[in-house]
Amino acid sequence: MEAGVAILIGLFFTVAVYLMLSKQLVRILLGIAILGNSVNMLIFTNGRLTREVPPLIPPHLYVPETATANPLPQALVLTAIVISFSFFAFLLVLAFRAYQELGTDEVNKMRVAEPEHDQTPPQGY
Amino acid sequence: MTPAVIDDTTLYAVLAPFAAAVVAPILTRWFKHNAAWPLALVPALIFLHFAGFIAPVSEGQSFVAAKAWAPSYGINFSVYVDGLSTLFALLISGIGTFIILYAGGYLKGHPQQGRFFSFLFMFMGAMLGLVLGNNLISLFIFWELTSITSFLLIGFDHLRAASRRAAIQALVVTGGGGLALLAGFILIIAATGEIEMSTLLGSPDIIKDSGLYLPIFILVLGGAFTKSAQFPFHFWLPNAMEAPTPVSAYLHSATMVKAGVYMLMRMHPLLGDTVLWTTVLPLFGGVTLIVGTLLAVRQTDLKLMLAYTTVASLGLLVMLTGTSHEKALEGAVLYLLAHSLFKGALFMVAGTIDHEAGTRDITKLGGLRSAMPVTFVAACLAALSMAGLPPFIGFIAKEVLYYGTWGWLELGLPITIVAVIGNSLMLVIAAAVAIKPFFGPKVETPKHAHEGPVLLFAGPVVLSVLGLVLALTAHTTGVLFVGPTLASLTGVFAELDLHLLPTKINAPLILSLITIGLGITLFTQIDKLRALIASVLMAIGWGPDKGFDQFVSGVVSISSLFTRFVQTGKMQTYMLLTFGFTAIAVLVPAYLVDSFPAMPRMPDYRFYEWGILLIAVLGLIAVLVAKTRLTAIVSLGIQGFAVALIFMMFGAPDLSFTQFMVETLSVVILALVMTRLNLSPRDHRSVPQAVLTGVVAVAVGLGLTLTLLAITQQPFDSRLSDFFTEFSRSIAHGRNIVNVILVDFRGFDTLGEIAVVVLAGLCVLALIRVRTKPDEEELAAPSEISKSKPAEVR
Amino acid sequence: MRTVIFRTFAPYLSALMVLFSIFVLLRGHNEPGGGFIGGLIAASALAIFGIACGVASVRRAIVFHPMSISGFGLFIGALAGTLSFFKDQPFMTSQWLIFEMFGVEIALSTPLIFDIGVYLVVVGAIGSIALSLEERETD
Repeated sequence: MEAGVAILIGLFFTVAVYLMLSKQLVRILLGIAILGNSVNMLIFTNGRLTREVPPLIPPHLYVPETATANPLPQALVLTAIVISFSFFAFLLVLAFRAYQELGTDEVNKMRVAEPEHDQTPPQGY
Repeated sequence: MTPAVIDDTTLYAVLAPFAAAVVAPILTRWFKHNAAWPLALVPALIFLHFAGFIAPVSEGQSFVAAKAWAPSYGINFSVYVDGLSTLFALLISGIGTFIILYAGGYLKGHPQQGRFFSFLFMFMGAMLGLVLGNNLISLFIFWELTSITSFLLIGFDHLRAASRRAAIQALVVTGGGGLALLAGFILIIAATGEIEMSTLLGSPDIIKDSGLYLPIFILVLGGAFTKSAQFPFHFWLPNAMEAPTPVSAYLHSATMVKAGVYMLMRMHPLLGDTVLWTTVLPLFGGVTLIVGTLLAVRQTDLKLMLAYTTVASLGLLVMLTGTSHEKALEGAVLYLLAHSLFKGALFMVAGTIDHEAGTRDITKLGGLRSAMPVTFVAACLAALSMAGLPPFIGFIAKEVLYYGTWGWLELGLPITIVAVIGNSLMLVIAAAVAIKPFFGPKVETPKHAHEGPVLLFAGPVVLSVLGLVLALTAHTTGVLFVGPTLASLTGVFAELDLHLLPTKINAPLILSLITIGLGITLFTQIDKLRALIASVLMAIGWGPDKGFDQFVSGVVSISSLFTRFVQTGKMQTYMLLTFGFTAIAVLVPAYLVDSFPAMPRMPDYRFYEWGILLIAVLGLIAVLVAKTRLTAIVSLGIQGFAVALIFMMFGAPDLSFTQFMVETLSVVILALVMTRLNLSPRDHRSVPQAVLTGVVAVAVGLGLTLTLLAITQQPFDSRLSDFFTEFSRSIAHGRNIVNVILVDFRGFDTLGEIAVVVLAGLCVLALIRVRTKPDEEELAAPSEISKSKPAEVR
Repeated sequence: MRTVIFRTFAPYLSALMVLFSIFVLLRGHNEPGGGFIGGLIAASALAIFGIACGVASVRRAIVFHPMSISGFGLFIGALAGTLSFFKDQPFMTSQWLIFEMFGVEIALSTPLIFDIGVYLVVVGAIGSIALSLEERETD
C-alpha cells in the first residue's frame, strides 16, 4: 500500500531539493512549499496507510467498529501544515522585502551579512 | 589505614572564602583599606581549623567528609585530610592571612580594592578545594577555578595590554593543562571505577596494573607541568608578574604554582616509582631548575628575578619528586615548606620596596637599610633561608635533599650536580635580592623611601621569622609537618628525626659547602654572568614566550581562513552541502548495515488513485519546467491539491480540508507577491551546475524513498495510536480522534504550535512595516539619536 | 479581479464562509473539522473580502486588528489550560460541563475553549498575513 506513495514522496523531495538549490529566490520559495508537502506526506506515510476509513467513532459506540486510519500522524501533520504555511508566508515576505531592499533576486548576490571582502580579524590581546 | 569520616565543618571551611568574596567589596566600601583586618580573620580561622588536624594527622590518621553534588554521576563535594593536604591547607590559609593584610596596605586607596579582595578570596577557596579535593571531578573543578581566578588576578590591571596578555597566557597554558588533567582523571575513573582519591590511594597499584598507565601518566603530567611552570611551559609565570605584588606573592610563589607539585606528590603513590616516572620527572625538573636560575640571573627587576627562581624551585621540587627516593622526597617536602615561607616573604619585600621607593630595578636601588629597617631584617632572614644557610629551614631542606640525591643510586650523580648548580645560582639571586637594594651607598629613588605601614611589613616579618623558628625547632617540625606529609607520598608512615645541624661530616655537608663557595664566587661575577646569559639568549632569539604569540596569531589566522572556507557567503553552497550531507546521512548508514528495503510489490491502487498520483507528478514536473510566473503558481497549486486528495484517499479528511485551504491561500499570497515583483521563475543554472544539483536532489529523494520503504516494511508498533483510539471517547468525550489528540491529549503541544503561528504572523507584519529610509531621516532630524536608528517602524 | 459581480457577491460569500467556519469549528470534536480548519476557512473569507472590496473595508468589518485577534486566541487558549488549577489538577487537564437545554445536550468544555483559541489564532495570523500582502497591492 505504501510503496507507490513512498516513491511519489521521493519524487517530491527530489523536485523540492532541486528547486531549492537554484539561484532565484522564487524557485527557492517554490521548492520550500513543495518540501513542506513532502515532509508532511513522509510523516503521514510513516504511520502506515489505510484506505478511506477516517479515525472517527460512530455516535452509538465508544470505540470504532473497524480498524481506522492511524490518527496520530494525522494530528501531527495537521499542525505541521498550518505551521509550514505560516513559515512559507514569512519566507515569502522575507524574500519580497529582500528583493526590494537589495534589488536582486539572486541569492549569491545577497552579501550584506557576509561581505565578499571581509577584513581580517584583529590580532593582539 | 582507612580514613575516618568527620562532620561538614571542613567542607564549610573550604567554602568560607567564597562567602568572604561576596562580603569583601561591601566591607571595603565601609572601612576602605582597613577592611583587610576583619577580612584576614577568615583565612586565620580556616588556619586554626586546619591546625586542629595537625596532632591527629601526625599520628598517622586521615579524614574524609563529603556532600552529594551530582550523585547519579558519582560526583561529590568531598575532602580528604591527610599529611599532604593539611600542610597545603595550612600554607594556603596561613600565608593567605598575611596576603590579605598586605593587599590592604599595597592597594590602599585603589578604587577597585574591594574587587581585588574578592578575587583573592575566590582564589583562596579554589585552592583549598584543590588541595583537599577527594572526588576527582570536584578536584578538577577547583583546579580550573584556580586558573580562572588567577586569570582575573593577573589581569586585574586590565587597562594595560601587557596585563591582558599575561592573563590570557596564564589562562591558556594552565587552563589547557587542566583539560589534559581532566582527561587523565576520566581515564583513571574508567580504568579503576573509582572516583574518590582516598579509595584510590587505598590500593596504590590499581592504575599501574590497569594498562592505561601511560596515557594517564602523560595527561596528569600535562596538567601538573603547565600549572607548575615546568620547562617549556615556564614562560607564563614570569609574565604573570604583571599582577599586583600580593598576587605574585600568593599565587606565584606559595600556592597556585605549587598545585602542579601537589598533584605530582598526591599521585606519587599511584603513579610514582616507575621507570617512566623516575626518568621523565627528574629530566624536566632538572632542565627547569637550570633554565630558571640562569634566566633569573639575567634579570634586574626584583619581581622577575624572584619569578624565575620560583620556576627554578618548582623544577627542583619536580626533580626531587621524580626520584621516588624516600630521602629525596623528604627533601622535597622540606623545600616546599621552606620555599613557600621565604619566597612569599621576599615577594612581599619586593612589593614593599616598589611601593615605597617607586622602582624595583636593582640597578636603581641601594642603601635602603636605614630607611626601611624592618623590611630589611625580614628580607635578610628570608634571603638566608633561600640561600640555604644555617640556621634556617632552607638549610635543613638542602641538607636533606642532597642526602637524598646523593644516595639515589640510579642517576644520583647528574641529579646532584644539577642540584648543586641550581642551588648555588639560587644563592646568587638571594644575595642579589637582599644585598643590592639594602646595602651600599644610598641611591636616589623615584619616591622618597621610608618604612611601610604595619599592613605591609607584617607578612614578610612573620613568614621569614617562621623560617627561622621552624628550623630551630627542627625535631617538632619534622614530627608535625614533614613526617605526615612524607607519609602521604610514600604511603608508609614513619617516625622522622630532623636535626638543625648535621651530626657528623658527611657528603651533604660537603656538597653544601661546595654550593656556598660556588655561589659566592658567582655572585662576585654576577655582572659578567648576566651579560653572558643575555648574549646567549640574544643568539637564540626565540623562546616559548614568543612562540605563544605566534601560536595565538596563528590560531586567529587559521580560524579566519577556516571560517572563510566554510562560510563562503554563497547560499547555494550552504544548501548544496546541507542536502549533500542529508543524502549521505540517509544512504551511507543504510548501505553499511545493509538495511535497504526489499523490492516492494505492485500496490493495488484503483485506477482513480493512480490518477491522483499522476496528477501530483504532473504538477511537480510543471513547476520544474514552468516558463512564466503564472504557470509556476498554478502548477504549485496542482501538486498541493493532489496532496490533499492523497490525504483524502487514505482516510484523513481533516488533513485533506486543511491542505486544501492552505494550498488555496498559498497560491493567493504567492500571486499577490509575485505580481508586484519582477521575479522570474526561470532557471539560470549552468549545465554542470544543474547536473550537480540534480544528482544531489535525486540522491536525497532516493534516500528518503528507500528509508520510508524500509520503515514501512518493518512491523508497526501501534500502542500509542491504540491508546488514543481507545480512550478518545471514554475519557475525552470526543468522537473525532484527530481533534481530540490536538486539543486534549496533546493540547500542550498545540499551544506551543499556535504560539509559533502567532509569532510568524507578527514577524510578517514587522517585515512588511519596517522601512529603511536613511535619506528622509537625515533631512527630517539630523541628530545623533536618529542616525543611530536606521530602521523606522511605520 | 474587481468585477462588479465579484464585488457584489464577495460580502455574502465571505459572510457565509465565516458562518461555515464557525460550524466547522464547533462540530470539530465529533466530526471532521476543528479550530485549524475553521480558522483557515475564515482567513480565506477575509482574503476574498479583501481582494473584492479593499483591505480597508475588511479592517473596518472585523473591528480589531487581526494580530490582536490572534493574540487574544493564544491568550484564551492558555487560559483554558489553567482552569484545571481550580480542581488541583495539572495544567491543561480537560474540564467538562454537560447539561441539557431545551431538550438538547450541550457540552461545554475547556478543550472547546482551547479549540476556539486555536481558531482565533489561525484567523488572526493568517488573515493578517493575507491582508497585509493585499494592502501592498492596493497602495
